[in-house]
Amino acid sequence: MKEVVIKTDKLTKRFGDFIATNEVTFEVYAGEIFGFLGANGAGKTTAMKMLCGLSIPSSGSASIAGFDIYKQTEEIKKNIGYMSQKFSLYEDLTLLENIQFFGGIYGLADKQLKEKSNELIETLGLKSEAKKLVASLPLGWKQKLAFSVAIIHEPKIVFLDEPTGGVDPITRRQFWDLIYAAADRGITIFVTTHYMDEAEYCNRISMMVDGVIKALDTPDSLKKQYSATSMDEVFYNLARGAKRKSD
Amino acid sequence: MMKQFLSFVKKEFYHVFRDKKTLLMLFGVPIMQILLFGFALTNEIKNSKIVICDYARDEATQQIINKIEAGRSFEIQKTLMNHHQIEEAFKEENIKLAIIFPVNFNKDLLHLNQAQVQIIADASDPNTASTLTNYATAVIMDYQQELIKNSTLPLRIVPEMRMLYNPELKGATNFVPGVMALVLMLVCVMMTSVSIVREKENGTMEVLLVSPFNPVMVIVSKAIPYLFLSIVNLAVILILSVALLDMPIKGSFLLLFAESVLLIITALALGLLISNVTQSQQAAMLISMMGMLVPTMLFTGFMFPIENMPVALQVFSNIIPAKWYYTIVKSIMIKGLGFSAVWKETLVLFGMACFLLVVSLKKFKTRLV
Amino acid sequence: MRTLKFLLRKEFRQIFRNKALLPLIFVVPIIQLLILPLAADYEVKNINISIVDHDHSAYSQQLISKITASGYFRLADYSSSFQSAFNEVEKDKSDLILEIPRGFEKDLVRENLTGGQAGEQKLFIAVNAINGVKAGLGGAYLSQIINAYNTDIRLQWLQPDKFNAVPVIAVASSNWFNSFMNYRFFMVPGILVVLVTMVGTYMCALNIVKEKEAGTIEQINVTPIKKYQFILGKLIPFWIIGMFVFSVGLLVVARFVYGIVPVGSLLLLYGYLAIYLVSLLGLGLLISTFADTQQQAMSVTFFFIMIFMLMSGLFTSVDSMPRWAYIIAKCNPVTYFIEVVRMIVLKGSGFIHIKNHFLVMTGFAVLLNGLAILNYRKTS
Repeated sequence: MKEVVIKTDKLTKRFGDFIATNEVTFEVYAGEIFGFLGANGAGKTTAMKMLCGLSIPSSGSASIAGFDIYKQTEEIKKNIGYMSQKFSLYEDLTLLENIQFFGGIYGLADKQLKEKSNELIETLGLKSEAKKLVASLPLGWKQKLAFSVAIIHEPKIVFLDEPTGGVDPITRRQFWDLIYAAADRGITIFVTTHYMDEAEYCNRISMMVDGVIKALDTPDSLKKQYSATSMDEVFYNLARGAKRKSD
Repeated sequence: MMKQFLSFVKKEFYHVFRDKKTLLMLFGVPIMQILLFGFALTNEIKNSKIVICDYARDEATQQIINKIEAGRSFEIQKTLMNHHQIEEAFKEENIKLAIIFPVNFNKDLLHLNQAQVQIIADASDPNTASTLTNYATAVIMDYQQELIKNSTLPLRIVPEMRMLYNPELKGATNFVPGVMALVLMLVCVMMTSVSIVREKENGTMEVLLVSPFNPVMVIVSKAIPYLFLSIVNLAVILILSVALLDMPIKGSFLLLFAESVLLIITALALGLLISNVTQSQQAAMLISMMGMLVPTMLFTGFMFPIENMPVALQVFSNIIPAKWYYTIVKSIMIKGLGFSAVWKETLVLFGMACFLLVVSLKKFKTRLV
Repeated sequence: MRTLKFLLRKEFRQIFRNKALLPLIFVVPIIQLLILPLAADYEVKNINISIVDHDHSAYSQQLISKITASGYFRLADYSSSFQSAFNEVEKDKSDLILEIPRGFEKDLVRENLTGGQAGEQKLFIAVNAINGVKAGLGGAYLSQIINAYNTDIRLQWLQPDKFNAVPVIAVASSNWFNSFMNYRFFMVPGILVVLVTMVGTYMCALNIVKEKEAGTIEQINVTPIKKYQFILGKLIPFWIIGMFVFSVGLLVVARFVYGIVPVGSLLLLYGYLAIYLVSLLGLGLLISTFADTQQQAMSVTFFFIMIFMLMSGLFTSVDSMPRWAYIIAKCNPVTYFIEVVRMIVLKGSGFIHIKNHFLVMTGFAVLLNGLAILNYRKTS
């Protein structure tokens, strides 16, 4: 029996008449890489924001790392990491300062903080850039840095919202190496993406269409199920029926 | 060509009317300013708290006190206070002026022909202090005149005073022309610069510039809606000031209108220039607000007299277009003068408009190549 | 506490690294404090006077030299007719016309001596009253001078006993706290308050909205940072900056440029400033919760600051406002602080005198910050 770290039950978010996420129910297991796929406007980001405690659900329930998303948001926040679509480190701080700031507010002790930031900069190979402003880094490095910062406190789960948007293939590959390394350490990865090759890297993926989850399985069985040769085909088959216009 | 031009102008109107916040700014600010300056902000001194310490309590002091009370609306309290208590009251902002009649006031006046009154003002606000002191002194002098009316005093010089243009000494007469200048400057400069920079930021400016349309026409079409809106604004201000503030328009309405259009064009040109040198809406707004509002308010002369400023600032005030417009509006609206009285100011304003237009259009063109 | 330390360190790093912002915070207010009081001088002086002297007598000359020597008036021109003097008024070259009629001296003195009856001579004064205050004060000054001149003549011509036979009321007026009636003493503390207000509100509002625009606020919101920690992390830096700007303005610029030495207790003044800054930053915070973009925050702040500034009694007396405006002015925190600064700095008021001001400002601080905290959400 695998440990369940994310569990949702009929999770729904309405904006007026518009139902962004409609009765979504799924489970994510500890240590897995869970791909959360869907076309633009399918409701992925909305669902993710509810799970992170940034947005209050209209109805339904969910628990993250065993904590209730209505009542225990502060507990949840200690146990998750989040990297948004928009690059969200402070551009006017240096790499080191960003790492120390986020480490600090997650309550790392001074010694821990020092070790962690050295180790992090070492792994990313950014030693010569450590004292430079983040604004001066190329996008790919920024993204890798943002990911490292998101897991600086060794959370149970990390949420990645389209982490590799606008990044070249080599950097994407390197980014996924970081993800695998984190997953090996036991961090559950919850990731949304548009790249179907990235979907193949996930342990399990869910497909969201018009605010509902249409399919959820491992990439291989999904391909079998839809008798497709690639994830691209699976996606086309599912998304074709979408009523919402992608924007 | 004309059809294209009209479609551009139409597009600009759509922008303006769809943006509720801008519209609010466009019409809300002028109305608020007129209301504030017309009613709330007056340089008149009213409702000031005055204490009268009447140690004499005789016929003469009673009459003087009655006169003071009958005059303007002051909040007068009558208590006996010593100097220390007066100082305490000043420190608490409870009173602004103290008038002290010593004991035996009337007796001294009748028998010694000489009586003393002491007036103490809180001069931390010098203007209020001198206005109140002047008022109290005038009332007392008036009383003295009445006393000696019968016992004829020879060699009397009687000044006969006439207040020209504004016999009731209303504050609005001075403020309204200033507010007109302020609002037109602010609205036109800010709106044009922000709207052009917005197109730059969004990248739509490039789309417009690669179209076969003459780039100068792009700019003109952007300016037309704001010209139109400014004229509407002007009308609103004029209607409000005539209807609510009883402001006169003594001179030619047509001339006033023409001069206003001249100022609007100057302001639009300035806005265009600002939009050329800035890259973000935020910078455009900051420059228009900080760079226009404060200098226009200070150096137009409607809040603070220019002749009191140091020479350097007086010279500087000449480059503020609103200053010239303010003089023109006063001449036309309040003094009822014609073009012959304002041609010099008009010429200066016209020169400024031409200069700004040429510079900004030139800058705009060089940016294209 | 530890979290707060990290937040503060981050804020200060960002503020001191922002090369565009630093001059706005530290240099611009000082420059404004140097220029604005020079420009914002409402003392009524330099009144331009046109004199139409039909008499050309020794007396009219004496009167004229008395007027020009008074220091209030500047002789703009000598006209031969009222009409030409009036033209000067129309051109704004002159503010006031004094017309001395033909036979002024002869009628006043000679007829008096021979006829022995009361001579009464009229002088005509016309004032350009577009600016009511200037007109009123100018007229009053001129009347005073003429009155004094009148007394001089009487002394010259009449026996002392005859002159003394009329009752005279001597008015002794004194001006406390600012005996030289220096208008800058009045303006500088007020302008300083407005500058601190602008810096505090703008910076605070823009700073938070900037985090919204950049998306970093979302990153903060998924961390275990508490609402009060985040807000404190924003308020404390700007509170310190506000304190600093005020101190430089008061203790350096006002002291050495304008010679203003606070009469009252500095401790009391800073105590009040501390509370004032808290309520001000609360306002900035409140604005930032409503605005999504820096531009919106800027327009809204601008709108409020403008009303606050005009309705604060900085330029015009609050007491003189009509009832509705008076009420608005009394709901304006800036009004109270300007009053308090003027009271403590110029008059040396103590805590007893301003305890109500303290109460009101504490109320503002609680109200504005309370609203801001209620409105600030980590979740949507």
